[in-house]
Amino acid sequence: MTTSNYATERETTEGKVFTVTGGDWDQVVSGTDPINDERIVVNMGPQHPSTHGVLRLILELEGETVREARSVVGYLHTGIEKNLEYRNWVQGSTFVTRMDYLSPIFNETAYSLAVEKLLGITDDVTERATTIRVLMMELNRISSHLVWLATTGMELGAISIMLYGFREREYILDIFETITGLRMNHAYVRPGGVAQDVPDDAIRKIRDFLKMMPKKLKEYEDLLSGQPIWTERTKHVAVLDVTACLALGVTGPVLRSAGLAWDLRKTMPYCGYESYEFDVPTHPDGDVWGRYLVRLAEIRESLKLVEQALDRLKPGPVMVADRKIAWPAQLAIGVDGMGNSLEHVAKIMGQSMESLIHHFKLVTEGFRVPPGQVYVGIESPRGELGVHAVSDGGTRPYRVHYREPSFVNLQALPAMAEGGLIADVIAGGASLDPVMGGCDR
Amino acid sequence: MTAPNDRNSTGGVPVPVTPAGASSGAPAEHPPSSPAGRGMFGNQGTGDVSGFGGLVRQQRPIEETPRPYGGYFDEVRDALEEAYPHFGDAIEKVVVDRGELTLHVRPERIAEVCQVLRDDLALRFELCSSVSGVDYLGADERRLHVVYQLTSMTYRRRLRLEAAVSVEAPHLPSVTAVYPTADWQEREAYDMFGIVFDGHPNLTRILMPDDWEGHPQRKDYPLGGVPVEYKGAEIPPPDRRRSYQ
Repeated sequence: MTTSNYATERETTEGKVFTVTGGDWDQVVSGTDPINDERIVVNMGPQHPSTHGVLRLILELEGETVREARSVVGYLHTGIEKNLEYRNWVQGSTFVTRMDYLSPIFNETAYSLAVEKLLGITDDVTERATTIRVLMMELNRISSHLVWLATTGMELGAISIMLYGFREREYILDIFETITGLRMNHAYVRPGGVAQDVPDDAIRKIRDFLKMMPKKLKEYEDLLSGQPIWTERTKHVAVLDVTACLALGVTGPVLRSAGLAWDLRKTMPYCGYESYEFDVPTHPDGDVWGRYLVRLAEIRESLKLVEQALDRLKPGPVMVADRKIAWPAQLAIGVDGMGNSLEHVAKIMGQSMESLIHHFKLVTEGFRVPPGQVYVGIESPRGELGVHAVSDGGTRPYRVHYREPSFVNLQALPAMAEGGLIADVIAGGASLDPVMGGCDR
Repeated sequence: MTAPNDRNSTGGVPVPVTPAGASSGAPAEHPPSSPAGRGMFGNQGTGDVSGFGGLVRQQRPIEETPRPYGGYFDEVRDALEEAYPHFGDAIEKVVVDRGELTLHVRPERIAEVCQVLRDDLALRFELCSSVSGVDYLGADERRLHVVYQLTSMTYRRRLRLEAAVSVEAPHLPSVTAVYPTADWQEREAYDMFGIVFDGHPNLTRILMPDDWEGHPQRKDYPLGGVPVEYKGAEIPPPDRRRSYQ
């Protein structure tokens, strides 16, 4: 890197010192005339605490008014889609869960639904597995919205809500840990069902959570809704109407805050959402305030859904019956942590040669998926999360593309920010709820 | 960075170079062969006495689905045929698979078809949900496919458009004038596959660094190994590791 354009070097008594400059920064600045021009170019991010992750914004300002805004993404690109092509279909769950790290269950479910559609086993997924998926997704939606509330509050100067939001989210992460073994990156929803059954302990925790949460929501509203600074910073800020949302592909709470009740759980149901009772909250104004109200209302709807899912949870298998697809062993907690159950190990090692062969084939090679392509869209906390999966008939995905709502929604930032004040860029950007891990994949 | 209209490049594949830190004949020094559908268990070369290594997976060509398609698919086709006079020329194939309708569109017509699909009252595909690329290396002459997922919110329908271009001339019109949301998604397809969308307002890389060479999602793009600082050792790229061979 010594001869790089990005860093100049000089010798000091303490050794070589590099001065890092911002890459193409000089080029950007040379486009403006600092003496006769009122405009200045401000680089915000990628390490700015208010840009909601490693997002870089280049703002052209005239005083405090934003004249042009451009967002730069890609800082968190990890090549997950490419990596998927070198792992088998089941291993894919482990990768996709890491994309949008605030809504891992949605990534996994969308992926599993796509693989199941490719396999043609959508209707074979057991009722219990589907109900658990709904339960987990709605809990995840609550936790994701809580992080949104917490971080947006912090970015607009309300520190207390940040602590409260993360505190309640921690409760959900605890539930997730009880069920999946991990707080994040669960790889719990797998093609064919879910990895393991929900323990009774978790049911009790979820019931407690359902009792506690409405009171907390009331607290958040007491804290924010009547607060003059909060309303000043959010009302009529970063307005995006339905036309703009559709043109820019913006879905999810942002679209609903503009008045269109488009929610894939209602309009193109999956996982049996058509049989649950819940409302799709909307707001007429299309501003940050509306998005705040819509997200709070969605937490309430999700609580309703979680309760209904709990009531429906009837005993039964959580994986498809087809032994050519289902993971061969039930997992169990042993003395050295989670692994294959002892009964299964005893069976394959001592009793059944065929079971051993099937186990070996499924684990090392994986199952084959008939060639073809599918697209599955589900309603994630941020909008339509789509999976375009292509199989060539092999044991590994030929191509998996994620239509990430964070990625698509971020395109709307210039439309929201231009012409407004620089402080409103923060409010507008935060109201889109971008998660850069999902955006950059 | 490869210029968008540089047709003489090697198809976006960077020239193989010796990876830093590895000079011991590590596997990463050799560009991988095509992974497309040959052999079983990933076994290549000698060592395979099973005979499975000689198997070639059949790549079946995509076949046109005969009518009636069922569901709303017939309605969509009829409405498009009526609204779009160049239907016969523009639509190469209509495929219905797994309850999804795919129209294979001649690439130069894609923007026109999108315009009709969006504006016609009987079609109304208002939302372009997703644009992505797929590289069908070895299965198709025009191996780079651009796949558009359209959603009609009015009629609650989905539709897939697929346009295929070759690596030598990876050009097709941009649909950003019809669907502004395709902006970043087309940039991603350009970044990852080197597909050039003519008429795009700002077709630059989006996820990879600006000075990156090659298009990583192509199937013949070599995977990188990780040089580690231990006696010139190298962590081989995923497709060269033993467990994936």
